Parts: sequence; C-alpha cells; structure tokens
Amino acid sequence: MGEAIAFYTLSTLILVFAVLVISVRNTVHSVLFLVLDFLLVAALYVLLHAEFLAVIQILVYAGGIVVLYLFVVMLVNLKRPPEQHQDTRRLGRLGLVLAGLVLVQFVAISTYNASGTSSVPVDDGVVGNVERVGMLLYTNYLIPFEVASILLLVAMVGAIVLAKREL
Amino acid sequence: MEITPQHYMIFSAVLFMIGVIGVLVRRNIIIIFMSIELMLNAVNINLIAYARQLEDVVGQVFALFVIAVAAAEAAVGLGILLAFYRNKETVNIDEMNVMRW
Repeated sequence: MGEAIAFYTLSTLILVFAVLVISVRNTVHSVLFLVLDFLLVAALYVLLHAEFLAVIQILVYAGGIVVLYLFVVMLVNLKRPPEQHQDTRRLGRLGLVLAGLVLVQFVAISTYNASGTSSVPVDDGVVGNVERVGMLLYTNYLIPFEVASILLLVAMVGAIVLAKREL
Repeated sequence: MEITPQHYMIFSAVLFMIGVIGVLVRRNIIIIFMSIELMLNAVNINLIAYARQLEDVVGQVFALFVIAVAAAEAAVGLGILLAFYRNKETVNIDEMNVMRW
C-alpha cells in the first residue's frame, strides 16, 4: 500500500514536471524543472531497491549534466525567442500523432507478459546493492566498463576541442 | 494494490512520449537535448523495474552504462551547440542546415 502511494505520487510529479520541462517558455525554468525531474526519478530508483543508481542519478544528472545545461543556457543568451516559426502548429499535430503511435506500441509491449530466470538476486539482505553492482561491473562487465570509460574520455576531449575558440 | 512492472512500463512509456513530443514540437535545441535526457531516464526506469521483477541486477548495470552514454552525449552535444552558436548566433534547429546539401 505504501509502495503504491509512493509510486503514484512520484510518477504523477515526474510527469507533471516533464510536461513543464518541454512547455515552459523560459529555458532557465525548463532546466530547473529538469533538476526536479531527475531528483524524483532518483527517488523512484530507491523505491525499486536500486540505491546505487539513485546516488549516481543525483551525482551525474542533477549534479553534472544539469550544471552543464545551465552553463550553456547562460552562455547562449538569446536576443529573440526561437519559437516564432511559421508552421509550428503543423509540426505539433504531427508530433502528437507520432507520440500516440509510440504509446500504442508501448501498451502493446507491456501487455506481453515477461517471465524469465534469475541469476543474481537483487535484494536478499546478505550484501548491499552497491556491492552487487560493483561485483558485476568488475567481473562480468569489466570490458564494457572500460569501454565506457574510454567513451567518456573521448567525449571529454571532443567537447573541449569543439568548445575551444581556436585550436 | 500491487505495483507491477506493467505500472512502471506504462509510466515510463508516458515519460518517453513526453520526451518524443518535446523533440518533435520544440524548436530550441537546448530543450530538445533535455527531452532526450527525459527519454533516457524513461529507458532507465524500465531497465530497473525489470531488474527488480526478474531479481537480476544486470539491468542496473546496463542503466549505469546508459547514464555514462547520456553524460557523454550531453557533453559533446552541448559542445557542438556552443561551436554552432558562435558562428550562426541561433539555437533554432530550423536554421541549422549547414550540413544539408
């Protein structure tokens, strides 16, 4: 019962803030609603017993990525809003139709009943969630982990090269 | 009142759909990047909900990789945006057609 109340409260708030992110005119307000959204999603991760992911979500998204967005919004201070475009309404209707199709597809998938075997239990009280994820990351998924670190290094170098004024 | 992965799936589908609407409707590329982040979050919620249902922590590991890729994407995307803004003084994607032939 408590889980249901938490789920419905969190999901309603997340959806409301997500709608605000894409509908508010002021870009800075949009970024701030995005922070709230990320924090609430982290709370949802805690509800799903993924505490490590919740911490990472707050550190990486709400701490890192959002600051990056805020910096860019502040650097790109707009003289005129870019939304005055001639056929925004047509594009909006097209977007609604396509999004409705995506929703139908998702409902069709979600009615498909998934069942599977379990290899590593999520929560049996012996070791915590961080230990489990860490064990898996440094044993079975060591090579993807290293590839992800190389990807981050490349992205860092690329972002610096792109944003630098002259090389 | 049991919360099943279907609940999480429908919720994340709606969140993903909001992201899709944001990408398709808005013309400001910063908002479009934020909508992409919303979509990646919806995917992560799905992965973690099923990691809980199947009692398999591999889903959380994959969500971690999704977060890493999202961070890389945000850094490079915003770098490209800054480089573009210095040349063209706009963030409207309808005016971003220098790569079109």
